[in-house]
Amino acid sequence: MSNQQAVEKMTDIIARFLDYSGKVLPDDVTKKLEELRDAETGELAKSIYETMFKNQELAKELNRPSCQDTGAIQFFVKCGTKFPLIGELETLLKEAVIRATKRAPLRHNSVETFDEYNTGLNVGKDIPSVFWEIVPDCDTCEIDTYMAGGGCTLPGRAMVLMPGAGYEGVVNFVLDIMTSYGPNACPPLLVGVGVGTSIEVASLQSKKALMRPLGEHNPNERAAKLERLLEDGINKIGLGPQGMIGNSSVMGVHVENSARHPSVIGVAVNVGCWSHRKGHIIFDKDLNYTITSHKGVELYG
Amino acid sequence: MAKKILTTPIKAEDLEDIRIGDVIYLTGHITTCRDVAHRRLIEGGRELPVDVNGGAILHAGPIIRPLGNDKYEMVSVGPTTSMRMEKFEKEFIKHTGVKLIVGKGGMGKETMEGCKIYKALHCVFPAGCAVIAAKCVEEIESANWKDLGMPETLWTCRVHELGPLIVSIDANGNNLFEKNKVIFNERKEKVSEEICKEVRFIK
Repeated sequence: MSNQQAVEKMTDIIARFLDYSGKVLPDDVTKKLEELRDAETGELAKSIYETMFKNQELAKELNRPSCQDTGAIQFFVKCGTKFPLIGELETLLKEAVIRATKRAPLRHNSVETFDEYNTGLNVGKDIPSVFWEIVPDCDTCEIDTYMAGGGCTLPGRAMVLMPGAGYEGVVNFVLDIMTSYGPNACPPLLVGVGVGTSIEVASLQSKKALMRPLGEHNPNERAAKLERLLEDGINKIGLGPQGMIGNSSVMGVHVENSARHPSVIGVAVNVGCWSHRKGHIIFDKDLNYTITSHKGVELYG
Repeated sequence: MAKKILTTPIKAEDLEDIRIGDVIYLTGHITTCRDVAHRRLIEGGRELPVDVNGGAILHAGPIIRPLGNDKYEMVSVGPTTSMRMEKFEKEFIKHTGVKLIVGKGGMGKETMEGCKIYKALHCVFPAGCAVIAAKCVEEIESANWKDLGMPETLWTCRVHELGPLIVSIDANGNNLFEKNKVIFNERKEKVSEEICKEVRFIK
């Protein structure tokens, strides 16, 4: 396979995967939503869940994006230094977004700032967003794809607390967002929290937290404890589906952390909506691929 | 219980018995109208190119497939965050005579006043359920201000029983989300107290 053929192959796979991931939710999200639906008792909450599941069925059957806001596309890339297309990756991801936009179709969600026009292609200056992690002595490439919606995950919040506020300050920062912004962000939510040394570090962590499979916890025991406490606590607030009151509020709370300067606690929150359209795909050096987020998907069926 | 269906043109008296938390449906016409369209009308002083007097607007930016000859197919359409339009909505209701505003999440004080004084409703369509809403669209009858791009164009749709629409602000100015927020905030205080005791990691 020539380099040009390889680029074409990977572009096509990613375009097809993006298209699919806008129509079918990942397995872990569907499973969690089923659990939350089954635990609801209120009439309005139950009927909203019913509408949500009917929508997902229709989206698959009619081959249409399940939510009209197909987001600004974001990629979280873990690329081996020996992956053959490392140099071509950013360009081909952009091309894949353009193709998926026509194929799906996706909504045109890229507006050039200052010039204030919609490019009509879903790409623009630094859109799609590509966040890199380079892995030494490795020849595979792992990509998390995310349709980042304008009503849930893009209006995140971050601030730097004084250490005197402690982790209690982190808890209240998260809870305040849940009751102010939460009802409008399409609950049940997946809540990503970053705790680190500055707003940009914490912000990226809070977004990456949304890519973690549901049900997994932070390896640090205390961070994992905070995840469980926040999950139970926010559920007790009972936002319910669409903020209409119910027996739960969230699909999960994921905390990611880094060390901090002694003078600060940086904290950020990014939420994913119930229609959490993330995908995870791994390529080997020959471009054989494995999709872990959606079992049994056939991109070339 | 029989389905409560509003049909455009909507009159003030059609809204009299509708209360927050009710579920209704819409048959007739609804025009998508969001951030920039509101700004153009209220701040820019440009007349809306569609008459929505007695009509309905949808805070939404749909996915459209062009079919040629100025015909379009509604692929997916669902509501966007209504609160972004709060700044303009009271004036918008006054100026246009719109009777039904459909969106996502709650709206604030100004819209409550607008709904009360000029007799209008704000309703929530379950967000993220964009294929269900698209299936309620029989035809896109016109497209205006296309220079704004696909999400912000004013797409005027003929719909049949668009819903479920959950009434979040009624024509008496009651607000379901504000009511819910009081409950959420009360619960939050207690939750905060419980969790904070457990996370005193800095000693």
